[in-house]
Amino acid sequence: MYPFKYHRPATVRQAANLLAKHEEARPIAGGHTLLPVMKQRLAAPPHLVDLSHIEGLGEIAMQGRALMIGAAATHAEVAGSATVQAAIPALAELAAEIGDPAVRHRGTIGGSLANNDPAADYPAAVLALGATIVTSKRRLKADQFFQGLFTTALDPDEIITKIMLPLPKKAAYCKFRNPASRYALVGVFVAKRPGDVRVAVTGAGADGVFRLSAAEAALQKRFHSKMLGGLHVAADGLTSDLHGSAAYRAHLIAVLTRRAVEAAQARPDKVAAQPAALEPVS
Amino acid sequence: MAKISLTVNGRAVTANVDPRTLLVQFLREQLRLTGSHVGCDTSQCGACVVHLDGKAVKSCTTLAVMADGHEVVTIEGLAPDGAALHPMQQAFYEHHGLQCGYCTPGMIMTAVDLVQRKGHELSEQTIRDELEGNLCRCTGYQNIVMAIAAGAKAMAPGGAA
Ligand SMILES: Cc1cc2nc3c(=O)[nH]c(=O)nc-3n(C[C@H](O)[C@H](O)[C@H](O)COP(=O)(O)OP(=O)(O)OC[C@H]3O[C@@H](n4cnc5c(N)ncnc54)[C@H](O)[C@@H]3O)c2cc1C
Ligand code: FES
Ligand code: FES
Repeated sequence: MYPFKYHRPATVRQAANLLAKHEEARPIAGGHTLLPVMKQRLAAPPHLVDLSHIEGLGEIAMQGRALMIGAAATHAEVAGSATVQAAIPALAELAAEIGDPAVRHRGTIGGSLANNDPAADYPAAVLALGATIVTSKRRLKADQFFQGLFTTALDPDEIITKIMLPLPKKAAYCKFRNPASRYALVGVFVAKRPGDVRVAVTGAGADGVFRLSAAEAALQKRFHSKMLGGLHVAADGLTSDLHGSAAYRAHLIAVLTRRAVEAAQARPDKVAAQPAALEPVS
Repeated sequence: MAKISLTVNGRAVTANVDPRTLLVQFLREQLRLTGSHVGCDTSQCGACVVHLDGKAVKSCTTLAVMADGHEVVTIEGLAPDGAALHPMQQAFYEHHGLQCGYCTPGMIMTAVDLVQRKGHELSEQTIRDELEGNLCRCTGYQNIVMAIAAGAKAMAPGGAA
């Protein structure tokens, strides 16, 4: 690892200022992606800005009809949160399947999204749920946020502060784990939302996470796995590597989409039971 | 250099470190606590697992400066002063949960964390799932799983290995 200067800001504003002031400075949250990459000397930021001591950055709470998760919430905190389990159980289950217990104690949702690894789990959930990524500068829709392999809409001095996730009626995540790395060989997140259905796929796209519009259209008509009978996923644009060919990944996408819909169907409807008192009174 | 102050195995420690020092390097090379091992360069093997504020973490993937102000417990802290072994250590000894011993400190620290989170009655499947991040090149895991099940019971109030 090359030398760097370490900063420990107490607020998001201080952190953003440090990033703006020092060229090539990088934030560090759990360090479970950045440190391995720095050890390999594939990254050598001259300044590291540690986000892990900013008060409240890991907060998890309901805000109106949306679930708010602070960027510094660890995978273990999301998995173990009663609020997340009640609001979007599929998200708690996804977090519980990331890596291993020690990784989950340090890795954060903000770090995972900012990194946008094509095999990471959270991007599938955030894209399928139509979440909003709130940063130190603005609010970004998930559809704008992910921009290809390890690429996002974030500026170098921009910090994710929280993720706002509108509650789906039903949702589920199905992951086929790479047994060696535990990352997703393919992962499919399905969300039946009050107005539409969204399906997002991770692990398979040569450009990273993407939406499966053919499945979305079919499920829009009726949210049932039978609607996916004719689903054919083309291998074009999918990753081929030593872990699996594009054709194999295409096959897995269809299988996992079906399984995710079945798992979602088995859940009771959410949102329907929301109290009407939350409606604005005119 | 950065000045850090933390608690290691119950003792207050203050030291100067280069910010790029990994927690495991600090523990091994500066504090001479060589029980935590380094088995890989990819954050995958778990030989380096210690407790940071009571939770199992990979000390090879944490900077020493990030532990400033926090509390670290290593394998050396489980049975202080070389007194009686911790029940989990005793269970590894009795069930032959090690051969070369390289992975053992990380296995035991992971196992103690597991018991703290999931209690004293652990199914074989739970133990195997929870050992995702700890690799052993010798034992085939069978005896490690048996040792952890027994150690978990022994850690219960009034339990015996
Ligand atoms: C052994 C192992 C197994 C793993 N398995 C999986 C798995 O199965 N599935 C999976 O999805 N992931 C997996 N991971 C990755 C893990 O989830 C990482 O923790 C996560 O991807 C990055 O989070 P972090 O907090 O550690 O980020 P860091 O490593 O601290 O940072 C990652 C990147 O994000 C930037 N960053 C961090 N926080 C912010 C922020 N708030 N705003 C803007 N930029 C930010 C950093 O500058 C850096 O570029 C695994 C990692 C390891 C080591
Ligand atoms: S040395 Fe830490 S995980 Fe291998
Ligand atoms: S006992 Fe040798 S590596 Fe586990």
